[in-house]
Amino acid sequence: MTDTQFKQDQEFFMDPQRCIGCHACEMACAECETNGQIPMIHVDYVDRYTTVQTSVQVCMHCEDPTCAKVCPADAITRDEFGVVHTAKTDRCIACANCVMACPFGVPKKIETTQLMMKCNLCYDRTSAGRKPMCATVCPSGALWYGTREKMRELRPNSTPVNHFQFGMQSVKTKVNIMMPKGATKLVVD
Amino acid sequence: MATLPIPAGQIIADFGPHKNYPPPEGFPGRNEPDAVVETHCCFCGMQCGIKLLVKDNRVVGFEPWEEFPYNQGRLCPKGVQRYLQNNHPDRLLHPVERVEGSGFRRIDWDRAMERTVSEIQRIQSQYGRDAFAMLSGVSLTNEKGYLAGKFARVALKTKNLDYNGRLCMVSAGAGNKKAFGLDRASNDFSDLAHAEVVMICGSNVSETFPTLIHWIWQARDNGAKLVVVDPRLTPVARTADLHLPIRPGRDSALYGAILHQLVKNDWLDHDFIDNHTSGVEAAVEAVENYDLDWAENVTGIPRKKIMLAAEWWGKAATSFLLHARGIEHHTKGVENVSSCINLVLATGRIGKPYCGYATITGQGNGQGGREHGHKCDQLPGNRDIENPEHRRYISDVWGIEERDLPGKGLTAYELIEAIHRGEIKGLLSICFNPVVSLPNNNFVREALEKLEFYVNIDFFLSETARHADIVLAGSLQEEEEGTVTTSEGRVVRIRQAVTPPGEARTDTEILLEIARRLGAGKHFSFNNSEEIFNELRVASKGGTADYFGITYEKIEQNMGVFWPCPSLDHPGTPRLWEDRKFKTPDGRAHFVPVPYHDPMEITDAEYPVILTTGRVVSQYLSGTQTRRIGKLVDQYPEPLLEIHPALAAKYGIANREIVRLVSRRGTAEFPAQLVETIREDTVFVPYHWAGAQSINQLTSGHLDPVSKIPEFKVSAVRLEPTGRRAPVPVQDPIQATGGSPAHPGPKPPQPHAFTGIGK
Repeated sequence: MTDTQFKQDQEFFMDPQRCIGCHACEMACAECETNGQIPMIHVDYVDRYTTVQTSVQVCMHCEDPTCAKVCPADAITRDEFGVVHTAKTDRCIACANCVMACPFGVPKKIETTQLMMKCNLCYDRTSAGRKPMCATVCPSGALWYGTREKMRELRPNSTPVNHFQFGMQSVKTKVNIMMPKGATKLVVD
Repeated sequence: MATLPIPAGQIIADFGPHKNYPPPEGFPGRNEPDAVVETHCCFCGMQCGIKLLVKDNRVVGFEPWEEFPYNQGRLCPKGVQRYLQNNHPDRLLHPVERVEGSGFRRIDWDRAMERTVSEIQRIQSQYGRDAFAMLSGVSLTNEKGYLAGKFARVALKTKNLDYNGRLCMVSAGAGNKKAFGLDRASNDFSDLAHAEVVMICGSNVSETFPTLIHWIWQARDNGAKLVVVDPRLTPVARTADLHLPIRPGRDSALYGAILHQLVKNDWLDHDFIDNHTSGVEAAVEAVENYDLDWAENVTGIPRKKIMLAAEWWGKAATSFLLHARGIEHHTKGVENVSSCINLVLATGRIGKPYCGYATITGQGNGQGGREHGHKCDQLPGNRDIENPEHRRYISDVWGIEERDLPGKGLTAYELIEAIHRGEIKGLLSICFNPVVSLPNNNFVREALEKLEFYVNIDFFLSETARHADIVLAGSLQEEEEGTVTTSEGRVVRIRQAVTPPGEARTDTEILLEIARRLGAGKHFSFNNSEEIFNELRVASKGGTADYFGITYEKIEQNMGVFWPCPSLDHPGTPRLWEDRKFKTPDGRAHFVPVPYHDPMEITDAEYPVILTTGRVVSQYLSGTQTRRIGKLVDQYPEPLLEIHPALAAKYGIANREIVRLVSRRGTAEFPAQLVETIREDTVFVPYHWAGAQSINQLTSGHLDPVSKIPEFKVSAVRLEPTGRRAPVPVQDPIQATGGSPAHPGPKPPQPHAFTGIGK
């Protein structure tokens, strides 16, 4: 990774309340040659009967990734920039431990290839100093990539949060979620 | 012309729609493209900047164009997938001719042209020049729209030319001309950023113009209040500070009631009204009795909410009002527009930073396409075909005698009615799929079946083209140079990324060749699109839509130029009316009195439910292009009937149950989707589909008396539950992602099976 141009001052910010459910992110993600037309980002209706609200989920790139901890084959690694990479194809045994363990529900087991696949923060783009594809095309700003300073300027009423509490499990992530101003943590009981 | 030469199913087998998917690894050459072409998406009036990747004269992928100022790389799913309309297996690669009983057979260009021209001449000599009509469309570039206008008047010499803008922006155009004497968004969208109140009237921005959401959120991030008026809780309405769930067809009652409150509470800009407007007294008088009780009763919106909207609008220092087809697709479409403009004028918030007003233009070139003369009453530069001075100017530019310039013809739907009555015998159409997009479309189909000769120019065999005698294989947006004008009024460059495949020709070449064969060659000696644009510049000079100072080079250097731009040293005009010099005869902005009246069709015991129609995010207009792109189809595979659970309960309708909808025009069946996000008296069905799935079998041909736009947004229907459950559309995950053996990704364009002849 010595010749990478990964910009360490750039961060990923996710604001699901802005999501308009258009699926541009999924389709753009699928275009990536390493994904084989399978999107690594997912948009779903929360409950179409009552609302048009959709939720969008990218890999949160945890500081201490649960997926890697439960992987019996040591196929999942986190690099020096905090990017948690998709399972190495020569190691992954498709046991789906990561699929079941991830608190955000991110990794997917692809049945046809018997491999786990997940978002690697568009490593081909970000390592060349560019923005991830989903955050480039997102029309509503539900997905945004750039500096923390710029984000503060753009959205003065929101605070980025990267600390989550899932019951007993505390998780810190590289990816931020936008919360109302003053929030410090997202608690999911 | 008669009915289809063979059953539709057999035509579909040869010509589609088939779903195009990229191969799992992407198209070959995507990583080493021959060219990266900075151009624009073709799928709405935003005209987002996008880069197309080209290899071996095929579009093989896209990259976001982050430098383009409007969208800065952002795209909707249609934009992401737009490249898949290119090298599509359904693509027409040569002209075809209808053969009774066997479908469409390949013919060579010479034969196609010869027959087209001899039929035009036969019909015109037998029945008169106006018995041959032309229909055009505003997904075409400015150059092609201008050419279509000149072609119809100078080569065909018919007065009967109109366009599919008649289904789109004519109400807004007429309302804008009444008020301002000019028809364009008054601001570019960056003026949304610091508007204190943003009011969106009848536009599902989140699905129809997704990239505009960014600018609306910018306003909200800076503290704006967002008001959305829509019978449905759309994704943009969900995030609004105030959602006014209006009963379809009652719009002008709401805006009249708000004007009433502005006057009552003196939330008015008297200085602006006194010095820069006229007609305020009559406008105020018209809403004299529109108090909150009356408005609640008519619109179905609680009076408190109406009052809050009036108060926010009235007290704001800056504001931006946007509207779209939701208020325009009505028999009072123009009045609805006027009632909105009255609110802008009453508060004087126009022509200043962060004070804006705009109709959000729907079609790819909805703005430029409505300015340069392929509309039945219009000449280039938004001139009037009945104005003697305008006629003389354009006749001089075109080198014809003024007396030879035809007059005003019929509007699109009236033209179809005239075909049905047998008054028009021949038709040439381009960029228009009326069998899907016009209301009461079984009537439209019957009309087409009565034509003696119909020639259609298209890149795919659309549902309408199936009724043609000859289909000329034309070009996609990315196959010709040109310009379009975005919803903001920004003229941008469309680039030729590839040349048309097979024997297909550019639309321009086709029209020029027919013009030559009709003997009008000397008026059509253009060598390229830029020469057409340069003539358009001169033709528009001095008109309200003045492009004279805009050149290809200037557009490229500035990433677009806003008209009016009257001279070469003029920078263009992103924000109108800063000088307060309105283009009306008295130089003032005009209030228009809007007394309320009901929609043409109101519900009764026989048809007790309101039907309204619209779009979904993954489809564009009649779907000729987007129903051929695999993932866009899979995202929303079939039209659904959105119905509130309370209304469904009255009829015992369950989710996914097939419901028969019946109107005075027709009947169609749709699976029910039970949602609490719609009014209880209203059902919604999107209109992008054809045949049995087309909701436009039920909509009415009632037209606005001024703009002649059909009332798509209000029909009376009844619901008949069938007790049958719709099968859930099967989503093979592999197929949906492009890799199944059944759909091994797109093949290079092949000649169609029936013709059996290679390139």
